[in-house]
Amino acid sequence: MIWYGIVISGILNFLTKFLSLSYFDTSKMSPNVKKILSYVPSAVFPAIIFPGIFLDINGSIDLENNPKILASVVAVIIGVLTKNILATIFIGLATYWCLIFI
Amino acid sequence: MNNKLFLFIKGTLDVLPLLIPVVPFGIILGAIGIELGFTPLETFATSFIIFGGASQIVFLQLLSGGASSLITITSTFVVNSRHLLYGASLSEYLNKLSIGWKILLSYLLTDQAYAVSNVYFKKNKTNELKHYYLLGSGFSLWLIWQLFTLIGIFLGSIVPEELGLAYTIPLTFISLLVGYFRRLDHLIIILISGSLSIILYNAPLKSYIILSSFTALILAFILILLKKRLTK
Repeated sequence: MIWYGIVISGILNFLTKFLSLSYFDTSKMSPNVKKILSYVPSAVFPAIIFPGIFLDINGSIDLENNPKILASVVAVIIGVLTKNILATIFIGLATYWCLIFI
Repeated sequence: MNNKLFLFIKGTLDVLPLLIPVVPFGIILGAIGIELGFTPLETFATSFIIFGGASQIVFLQLLSGGASSLITITSTFVVNSRHLLYGASLSEYLNKLSIGWKILLSYLLTDQAYAVSNVYFKKNKTNELKHYYLLGSGFSLWLIWQLFTLIGIFLGSIVPEELGLAYTIPLTFISLLVGYFRRLDHLIIILISGSLSIILYNAPLKSYIILSSFTALILAFILILLKKRLTK
């Protein structure tokens, strides 16, 4: 089951790139389609970020005593200020560790 | 100097700065795979076969959380759908290549390799060997990704659970959005998609990622249309 999933996802990811590289052409693509695709990260990633921060292991909302919220706020601020992927990850993680260990 | 080798090396050197974040990301992926209960071989296979960074984390997270294969595969596909744009955007430079080259370069095409190759191709449209540049940038990322996935797999089996490694998942995705936070339209979409994912979290079959992504994309489309109206 896991292996089927890996192989099918791999084939789909490959085909996404192979078919568009071979048969599509952005100069012939509708500008609206191009625009929508540029929103994919902003539309998809928050659906992974928010539950990872605000929900506990049982899937219920956890707003009190949740160090992940403050660490994430710090990470977002660093991200906005520096636009640096590494700095965002490391400072966010350092903040999280400070909060849970101190 | 051999032109092919020169282009291969140039692609490699140009993509190097973009590979720095790939190192911790690869380690995180490997470690997360182990933490979520996958075997080292399964975790490595996601890097080798799916080879899609963020989408691999989605894949591992959903499957370990009890999502069906269909939901997992569809969600992974949604995350990877942005590659449509990369392939389509490079096709005008590469569509004369043989099918073998197209297969190889499609497999190696990533966000980072696309970013540098697109710039280089625009400036060197007439160079018949320019695909070696994409080969260099794509291959070096591939190599780093496989290598650091392996290191992460190794570390994942020795790192204690108290470190809260699972938190690196949302954190990594936050870092992938740093380029978008300053843009109001993207910020609106980010907040809507995030809130929806919390509301829809208990939707059947772990479909919350697909449901909130699609709703947010439809809203993005409406935003695009509204912006056009306003600027006219």
